[in-house]
Amino acid sequence: MKNLLILGAGTSGTMMANHLSSKILKKDWTITIVDQFKTHYYQPGFLFLPFDIYTTSQVKKKGKKFIPKGVNYLQEKIELIIPEENKVTLESGTELAFDILIIATGTKIAPEEIEGMKGPKWHKNIFDFYTYEGAKNLRDKLREWEGGKLVVHISEMPIKCPVAPLEFAFLADSYFRNKGMRDKVDITFVTPLAGAFTKPKATEALHYLLEEKGIKEVTDFNIERVDYENNKIIDYADTEVEYDLLVTVPTNMGDALIERSGLGDDLNYIPTNKATLQTLNHENIFAIGDATNLPASKAGSVAHFEAEILTDNILRYINGEALKEEFDGHANCFIETGNGKALLIDFNYTHEPVEGTFPFPGIGPLNLLKESRMNHMGKMAFRWIYWNMLIKGVHIPFVSATMSEKGKHFEEIKQ
Amino acid sequence: MKKVIAQTEIDVNEEGYLLDFSQWNKEVGTALAAEQGIELSDKHWEVIDYIHEKFKNEEALSVRGIKKSGVIDIKEFYSLFPGGPLKVSTLIAGIPKPKSCI
Repeated sequence: MKNLLILGAGTSGTMMANHLSSKILKKDWTITIVDQFKTHYYQPGFLFLPFDIYTTSQVKKKGKKFIPKGVNYLQEKIELIIPEENKVTLESGTELAFDILIIATGTKIAPEEIEGMKGPKWHKNIFDFYTYEGAKNLRDKLREWEGGKLVVHISEMPIKCPVAPLEFAFLADSYFRNKGMRDKVDITFVTPLAGAFTKPKATEALHYLLEEKGIKEVTDFNIERVDYENNKIIDYADTEVEYDLLVTVPTNMGDALIERSGLGDDLNYIPTNKATLQTLNHENIFAIGDATNLPASKAGSVAHFEAEILTDNILRYINGEALKEEFDGHANCFIETGNGKALLIDFNYTHEPVEGTFPFPGIGPLNLLKESRMNHMGKMAFRWIYWNMLIKGVHIPFVSATMSEKGKHFEEIKQ
Repeated sequence: MKKVIAQTEIDVNEEGYLLDFSQWNKEVGTALAAEQGIELSDKHWEVIDYIHEKFKNEEALSVRGIKKSGVIDIKEFYSLFPGGPLKVSTLIAGIPKPKSCI
């Protein structure tokens, strides 16, 4: 009997367990998945929780519900990955031997990386919305906040779901408008990048949104520290931005397990082949989703496309065949723009977000790179798709893992 | 587009970044720096060497990486290459502007 071990039962790990349990021969292989946490969160919902658009119960379920029968599910903290011995140790001392390992341990916020961020004002007037607790505490704060300077801030790239901070700013505009207090709130978007949208096509098509909503931009801001006593953030060039309420996306880092095991880069992400998803240093170890160092967005849609390709590659590896270099960095994201509208973008390693229709060439019903109500309905419907299809590994009809060029107006990214 | 600098013809994009690193040499680097109002000191060259090494190893450049490199602290990096040190230093070093998403 051979062992296939999956570390992490988040979006990627759960998808892999579902894909593989139906495709791998049960008489030859045992599949085990390990995760210390009982709850599976619908992370895209963390964007909506602060604005009372989603309730807490809509964004969390018991993880066990989504692990297929026949897969061993261990709820325990992982201590170490020891690639040389093909084994993983758990906190209790249990040793798990593997023939194939899939690392899906994701990425987390690391507010302690920035001086003054996780200090006495953390979750008082400095919030994240990338954790369940952060989003929920921010919701409570917004319910009673009387206005002032709202600063929406990105600490450093890469971050999970790179458009979420911008969506947060758009939704905040709508939220305060609906509460009849938009005139009391000043919204500033602060980013280390050269603009809120950095890809030229997206900037051209979307910059009007910031102007229309009266959101100010501070760009090229590399934060050095948070001066929580005087309520301002300060960057290395000594630029200061004052806030009354700071909503920040802290530095994102891979799991500490990766660092302990010596498998990561500066940010604990695992060097991974960007087309096959095999790790660069160990041929029987694969990585997926936010845990990798792939130059793709850290997003559920990317993980979903990766899962289909990684499943095929695991089967090829088992059969001793060459891996397919198939993953193209495909990402497909809805961007909430407030007022019940959203955009949809579709892009990959080499193609910028484009205009066109999705998923049916020339028909839609979703429009790429254009605001519409239909796109918003798509984003809302996605929660159902996530719980009922996506993490269960059910193929989403008409949406392919690699990017389709039909019905889109393309331009290659110039180097 | 073509550009002649330090008696060398180079190909650059619309932002002035070199398209082909093989066209770069120290004289080109010095001239590109002068266009940015920077006179290159030994410390500047140390940073440029570090950037070239990262580029050759196909490793991404970041402020965090610079901080960990031990070559320079971030405050000094900002004072050597004012107005966006990663953007300015990569332009002078003749490699593409660091990429970012969306």
